[in-house]
Amino acid sequence: MAGQPFRLPGSSGFRRPTRDHNRGRRDQGGRARPTGRVTAADGGSGGEHIVPHVTVLASSLDTGGQQYASRRAAMLAKLDELAAEHAKALAGGGPKYVERHRARGKLTVRERVELLIDPDSPFLELSPLAGYGTGFPVGGSGVNGIGVIRDTICMISASDPTVRGGSTNPWSLRKSIRSMQIAMENRLPLINLVESGGADLPTQKEIFIPGGQIFRDLTAMSAAGIPTIALVFGNSTAGGAYVPGMSDYVVMIDGRSKVFLAGPPLVKMATGEESDDESLGGASMHARQSGLADFLAEDEHDALRIGRSIVARLNWRNLGAGRALRSALSTGAGLSASGGTGLAPGSAPAGPLYDADELLGIVPEDLKVPFDPREVIARIVDGSDFDEFKPLYGASLVTGWAALHGYPIGILANARGVLFSSESQKAAQFIQLANQIGVPLLFLQNTTGYMVGASYEQAGIIKHGAMMINAVSNSRVPHLTVVLGASYGAGNYGMCGRAYDPRFLFSWPSAKSAVMGPAQLAGVLSIVGRQAAAARGEPYDEAADAAMRAMVEEQIEAESQAFFLSGRLYDDGVIDPRDTRSVLGMCLSAIDSAPGGWAGGPGGSGGPAQGSGSRTALPGASRYGIFRM
Amino acid sequence: MISSLLVANRGEIARRVFRTCRRAGIGTVAVFSDPDAQAPHVAEADRAVWLPGAAPAVTYLNGEAIVAAALAAGADAVHPGYGFLAEDHGFARQVLAAGLTWVGPPPSAMEAMALKINARKIASSAGVPVLPELDPAAVTTFPVLIKASAGGGGRGMRAVRGADELAGALESARREAQSAFGDGTVFCEPLLTGARHVEVQVLADQAGSVWALTERDCSVQRRYQKLIEESPSPAVGPALRGRLRAAAASLASAVGYQGAGTVEFLIAAADEFYFLEFNTRLQVEHPVTECVHGIDLVAVQLDIAQGLPLPACPPAAYGHAIEARLYAEDPADGFRPSAHLVHAFAVPDVDARFGLPPGHSAFPAPAETSQKPSSRTTASGQPAPPGQVSRSSQPGLAGQHSPFLRLDSGVERGTMVSPHYDAMLAKLISWAPSRDAAARRLAAGLASARICGPVTNRDLLVSVLRDQVFLVGGADTSLLDGYDLTSVGPDERACELSALAAAVAIAAANRRSAQAAATIPGGWRNVVSQPQLRSFDSQRGRIDVRYHWTPAGITVAGLRVAGITTGGQSTPATDPAQASPAQASPAQADSKPSPAQADSKPSPAQADSKPSPAQASPAQASPAQASPARADSKPRVIAFTPSQVTIEIAGVRFRFDVIRAGDLAWVDSAFGSVRLSEVERLPAPSQAADAGSLLAPMPGSVIRIEAAPGDRLMAGQLVLVLEAMKMEHQIAAPATGVLAELRVVRGSQVNAGDLLAVVAADESDVIAEEL
Repeated sequence: MAGQPFRLPGSSGFRRPTRDHNRGRRDQGGRARPTGRVTAADGGSGGEHIVPHVTVLASSLDTGGQQYASRRAAMLAKLDELAAEHAKALAGGGPKYVERHRARGKLTVRERVELLIDPDSPFLELSPLAGYGTGFPVGGSGVNGIGVIRDTICMISASDPTVRGGSTNPWSLRKSIRSMQIAMENRLPLINLVESGGADLPTQKEIFIPGGQIFRDLTAMSAAGIPTIALVFGNSTAGGAYVPGMSDYVVMIDGRSKVFLAGPPLVKMATGEESDDESLGGASMHARQSGLADFLAEDEHDALRIGRSIVARLNWRNLGAGRALRSALSTGAGLSASGGTGLAPGSAPAGPLYDADELLGIVPEDLKVPFDPREVIARIVDGSDFDEFKPLYGASLVTGWAALHGYPIGILANARGVLFSSESQKAAQFIQLANQIGVPLLFLQNTTGYMVGASYEQAGIIKHGAMMINAVSNSRVPHLTVVLGASYGAGNYGMCGRAYDPRFLFSWPSAKSAVMGPAQLAGVLSIVGRQAAAARGEPYDEAADAAMRAMVEEQIEAESQAFFLSGRLYDDGVIDPRDTRSVLGMCLSAIDSAPGGWAGGPGGSGGPAQGSGSRTALPGASRYGIFRM
Repeated sequence: MISSLLVANRGEIARRVFRTCRRAGIGTVAVFSDPDAQAPHVAEADRAVWLPGAAPAVTYLNGEAIVAAALAAGADAVHPGYGFLAEDHGFARQVLAAGLTWVGPPPSAMEAMALKINARKIASSAGVPVLPELDPAAVTTFPVLIKASAGGGGRGMRAVRGADELAGALESARREAQSAFGDGTVFCEPLLTGARHVEVQVLADQAGSVWALTERDCSVQRRYQKLIEESPSPAVGPALRGRLRAAAASLASAVGYQGAGTVEFLIAAADEFYFLEFNTRLQVEHPVTECVHGIDLVAVQLDIAQGLPLPACPPAAYGHAIEARLYAEDPADGFRPSAHLVHAFAVPDVDARFGLPPGHSAFPAPAETSQKPSSRTTASGQPAPPGQVSRSSQPGLAGQHSPFLRLDSGVERGTMVSPHYDAMLAKLISWAPSRDAAARRLAAGLASARICGPVTNRDLLVSVLRDQVFLVGGADTSLLDGYDLTSVGPDERACELSALAAAVAIAAANRRSAQAAATIPGGWRNVVSQPQLRSFDSQRGRIDVRYHWTPAGITVAGLRVAGITTGGQSTPATDPAQASPAQASPAQADSKPSPAQADSKPSPAQADSKPSPAQASPAQASPAQASPARADSKPRVIAFTPSQVTIEIAGVRFRFDVIRAGDLAWVDSAFGSVRLSEVERLPAPSQAADAGSLLAPMPGSVIRIEAAPGDRLMAGQLVLVLEAMKMEHQIAAPATGVLAELRVVRGSQVNAGDLLAVVAADESDVIAEEL
């Protein structure tokens, strides 16, 4: 970085807090903040004074101020709500059914998962709020997540038999399909922990036809070289029988696993044959006669042990490019301030310079108030080191390079909510640059959408917005999206919302996504109604209008909430802001399992590595739709 | 002149002799068996000769091969050490016949004393009192002691309390004697209970001068094997001392003894002693004499062997020395030997290895005498030369008076303790001006030693050294009979805290070795469902350690032995308040359990634990036990790495050192040393043996089979006998039943854990019991 030109202080509405030796910082009278470290500055030329190109962010967050305190309090209140919803998922089918399950000598679904993964390894649970706000139990009657088994990053999908017998409802189906999509895209071995009574029959119309995708995806994964493993803990009947049937490896538990297309009553009805569970679908029968079971486990612990040993024998290797070989910052500071991380010094990338806890006090209670995303970036990226690109142009969108847990990333973050033409063009360029060097992109959403108004339309805002959406759509590097605050209008699309298939998408607890803000939406309806009444020459019922507006506003407000959208699988989970770095680190670790990440290094060679067996990074996109000029 | 010396031995005694050789400028030659190829004594020698095989008979007892080795390696002298061929006059003759110098007594003297039966007769005729010898076939009064005539070290020795035991004990003693010494002759004598074992070191030169040094007391024994030895004996006064030394000297003179030897006596009551045996070799416990007299006994042996005369009188004795023998054996499990790789072996603050305390001069320095009449007098009664100054009258030099710790070790880190030989790992010897100070130094040295690998008798040694009976000098040979050997060693609290330390050390190691998601914080969860659980088996039972990873490290969620919760804090992973100072406050911890522990009951561990013999002694209170940590307070993990953990208890921080190998962990701290075995989370089903399976408790060979497949067996009935580490181990039926399977034959070599036989429950019996 030495020798790069000095950049002028930002003229945008947002500060570049680190610049100019921190002079002119708008310190709001809070406690002293650490100032940014300075990267290589003297360029090797002895006496020549070069103004440093500072890339380490300095924070101006006033953690002693009232604003911080109230934002933090609001976020903690949201986190309490989140904990309460997570508690519902953790409780499974409730004490009665959990007790009954244990009385049968069975482990709970989360005990199974904890025993399956490596001791002391991290685990990222996905879609824990599945089903929220739908009338079905929160959690989607199962646990999905990314975990480490015998030092291999895997996708784990486990049904919770204490929740209505582990039966599949429309939301658990979506959750399962999502887990398989993640496994497929990121090339993660998939381990299914099966114990399910099959489809929730009253909602079969929502399940039966789309549910076929489960089996199709399983075999498609196998064909793509991604191993699928089924550990069958109990019933896996009818359609469920095809989960083991379609998996590469099947472990059944003696006396416990029951896998058949039809149980004894249905067989009796269909053919008159008298039969029993064991002869129709017992583990021993499948291990010795049908050959559907590859391994016969003695008990649940044995099944988990066998499952782990299968993973250990997969000879799995990551095909991504791994961590950055060169870092913009010297590392070795260990992980933040924690005294006992158990990590060897120097083995971990430098943590952020600022406490993750402060992420709680950044997002305003009212999402109409903008906030500086650099305060977030400073608390999630390695060494708080963010090399901003085009800082003086299109300042409502912050773009730049950073590393997260050692993985290089490009970041696009909304700074003032609105996307103008210049922000759109900047985004399109930055996305192309990331594709040129094969670096994944992180979108930090807080947008009210593209700017409207005559002058903007005339200046080609649609054309420029389309450019950005074009670039996002055709980008081939992995995308990660976190909805920090607002995600309204086409901004949701340009900033890689769910429909743009980011590899992972998470929301902070107070985030909202909708076509527009609730008040605006109600207001639009009101104006349209008023115009219609005027056209008919009728008087406008103001009282009814007010009631309509209130109702619409309330409904849209509720349906814009992160919990509600997470319940419908429109994200992969609502996360504690303090966990953002770990969540994204897990995602990048998972992404690294598949080709397609970083292709060289900052300014590196790029292109796929040659030779078999070596890591093969795919280059980013080289073709886009026609950019309308 | 000896220029190069072969030691026909192994382990610590070989190293001990080499050390003196090096200081004398004499070359060193080791011999080694297959299992000893990597042993320290081999690595230290200038030259080493392989004796193919493992069994003593073909290696360290193979005199022909050893003489050939000496010749091949250019040695001109042979030192036999102790044990093996040390008292084999035939071997001594072989050595001499090969033209080599024999560092030992004349073969004729060895032969005269070799058989205890014969030695007793000579002693008797020399005026030394002996116990009556009983004819094994005609014993009527019990208890009696069976001894191997050619024996030593407790082998071939059996106490018999009644006529019904006699035949079996005789047979077993004969077999053991035959195996160990090549001579199955045994004899009986009355078994004196409550006696003390006292012995006198003699040295005699070729001119006939004899020294008889201050006595050693070897009363603390188990199974007739010495455990702790000291000099001088707290039970011997000046008058008795003089008589003992005179008796020893006269016996040495009577057999024309030359070199170093030891005359053993039994002191039954005040001033009443009986000759036991004459050991014509250096004793295991010779260092206590060296420390008290300031004399290198091996150097004296070499001088005598080279024809040098003894000075007129020996250096005076000063102070008190105690030796503890560290064995790889489990006192709580019938002293079962523990063959194992030594993962760590270190005694902190050892002053010397195989060396003498400073302030003592090595032989043949100018003799000094103390003012004590008993030590100013040589065996021949000559007074010490006038004008010499006693060391005890020179109080100015601190080095002379500060306690001294010496380590004579046969093992180092990385040594494999083989099942083929004696289980002694090392000897730790302390010297101090007073007996109390010597005992305290030795106990502390043992307690602070890092010994990871084999199970050892260390805790028992520490208990004895801190035992009031021992400290007042009242220990006789029955001291250990009153010990509850299972209560010795770490208590429940020590095991729990050590398990916590081991659990988090393993957690740290897991993160360090992680290959995937390695930089993500350990144990991180976005949705926390349960703590991490790691379980250990300890001497005090199964311990479950539950903990949460938090941004600040690890917090304890539960810690218990056998269902007793003894504290712990459970804090949500993301609660920044979890490190609040309040939790470290002893007052708060004691009086106001936080809601998080509302369900955790105070530990009855302290109240319940019965005082062991050791705990009865106020002298043994360790720093940890004297601190508020004894209170029922919650431990906090302050810092942790794979090898070291800091835990705070009630405001006091303790360091725990952790060493691991496989599923075993050894944790050393102020709470003591705790050996833990990590419980496999997902055990393979085959690991669980069927009920009734008889597994080999240690590696060894099957020497006898007492039952055939199909036999009906009573619970406790002997099935087979395993020989390991020179001891016989009986494998008995665990329950009444039928011998369903027998997997071994006589002579089978087995490894620890091998299935030997299966006893199937006899169903007719079961039914009968139910009726």
